[in-house]
Amino acid sequence: MTSPANPILLAQNVHKAFGRNEVLKGIDLQVAKGEVMCILGPSGSGKSTFLRCINHLEQTDRGRIYVDGELVGCREHNGRLYELPDREICSARTKMGMVFQHFNLFPHMNVLENLIEGPVRVMKTPKEAAVERARRLLAQVGLANKETAYPRQMSGGQQQRVAIARALAMEPKLMLFDEPTSALDPELVGDVLAVMQDLARSGMTMVVVTHEIGFARSVAHSVVFIDGGVVVEAGPPQEVLDNPQNERTRSFLSKVPN
Amino acid sequence: MTEDSDKIVPIRHYGRWLSGAIALTLLALLIKAFAQGEIDWPVVGEFFMAPVLIKGLGNTLFITLLAIIMGLVLGVVFAVMRLSKNPVTNIVASAYIWLFRGTPVYLQLLIWFNLALVFPTVNLGFYQGRMVTLMTPFLAALLGLGINEGAYMTEIVRGGILSVDRGQLEAASAIGMTRLMAMRRIVLPQTMRVIVPPIGNEFIGLLKTSSMASTIAYTELLHRSQLIYFVNGKVIELLIVAAGWYMIVVTIFTVIQAQVERRFSRGQSHEEPPSLLQRMWRNLTIFRRNPPAGTVPEGGLR
Repeated sequence: MTSPANPILLAQNVHKAFGRNEVLKGIDLQVAKGEVMCILGPSGSGKSTFLRCINHLEQTDRGRIYVDGELVGCREHNGRLYELPDREICSARTKMGMVFQHFNLFPHMNVLENLIEGPVRVMKTPKEAAVERARRLLAQVGLANKETAYPRQMSGGQQQRVAIARALAMEPKLMLFDEPTSALDPELVGDVLAVMQDLARSGMTMVVVTHEIGFARSVAHSVVFIDGGVVVEAGPPQEVLDNPQNERTRSFLSKVPN
Repeated sequence: MTEDSDKIVPIRHYGRWLSGAIALTLLALLIKAFAQGEIDWPVVGEFFMAPVLIKGLGNTLFITLLAIIMGLVLGVVFAVMRLSKNPVTNIVASAYIWLFRGTPVYLQLLIWFNLALVFPTVNLGFYQGRMVTLMTPFLAALLGLGINEGAYMTEIVRGGILSVDRGQLEAASAIGMTRLMAMRRIVLPQTMRVIVPPIGNEFIGLLKTSSMASTIAYTELLHRSQLIYFVNGKVIELLIVAAGWYMIVVTIFTVIQAQVERRFSRGQSHEEPPSLLQRMWRNLTIFRRNPPAGTVPEGGLR
């Protein structure tokens, strides 16, 4: 992995346990500006938990996560880490967009309202500017004609593209994807991956937890394989996917469809 | 093969006609019995629009509306407190529910009304004086009914909040919302669909419970009806008048509630939910042998 001077994401020794179940046992990794990183791993390996730690949906027990040079979720003072209040964590989250496996669109709002909710309520963007930006984003994800539709009236693939647009509406520096195609019917996966590929080409920094090996091979700059709460193998996709060195990586890759 | 030969002849519902006829006969007998009973019907007509009773009805509606609003505000506040991660707010909210659900509302009304026995004088900073003058029947009824209602509303709102998918709160957090803002903008609006029916239930319940305030001399509908029949002795006639008014209010409210539910079910399904008239039409058309296309919802009639 390259070592950029100012990574957008820098994780150092990240630990997380749920009760006595240690899920993350010291994760170190970094993502440079404009880089796409795919995180692979068997279920229960801690990959989703790690992604949720990045925007502090899960609180880490130990270790540091920097996004755009700033510590997430805590403050360092005299060499110790102190938890931040809710309000400050929230403002840090606006720098990252998150796309969930189950979309999590707001069902009581139409598509346009979903997109402008964050900018208008949280960022205090004027409504006209937010609407204009939302329309551009909808065109970008290929749903320009769906402004007034409600989420339940759309297919899963369309909902996930709206969810991507909603995250982009916050003008994030980093996009996090938590298994964005796992809940979709097979024929709808392609549309969502195409939108993500466009986004990667436009220079967005992305961390993607996925099982789509094909996507990882063609779009990712780096691939990380996590198992048992530690990074087992990391590197460019050609190395990790086509010439894995670790036995666990090899056994995992032989089991997932390529 | 002719077209008629593969057409399916629908089943004939003789049972529906028979049971309908029986129900109508019983209703007719009941009406006849009451019409011939010892009831002075002209008195019912005479007092139905009596200004004294209309004023009492107004007071009933007034105290019910205020108490339900008070209950709703308390319910939302305590439900959010109850679900908070903060153990202090959590315990305070639980204690509130425990205390006010644990005693009869009638007893609570009496305690509020007799609060002067505990605290003869009050000093609220902006108000100083004797408790007896402050605690009017109206204030005692409002506090008694409203605070008791709040305890039940807390549980209704809490159930509503729990019915909203956890992912909604996470999605709201992910776009930078604080917990409170996410509650107000994202979670609470989604609880409406679930909590409107039980709130309607509470409203109708409270409308009738408010008659208990007659015992602490709050001049609502039942209290005023009683005052009249103490004088003229037409007990049943005045009770019928009061019953009529309660039923009229409940009927109007049921229609309003149906409209409110329709409003909040927006975005819940692929099509607009049926209006009250459409639903009534559907109920009538089940008697037809061939229900018009689209009137029978998938999964049968409810």
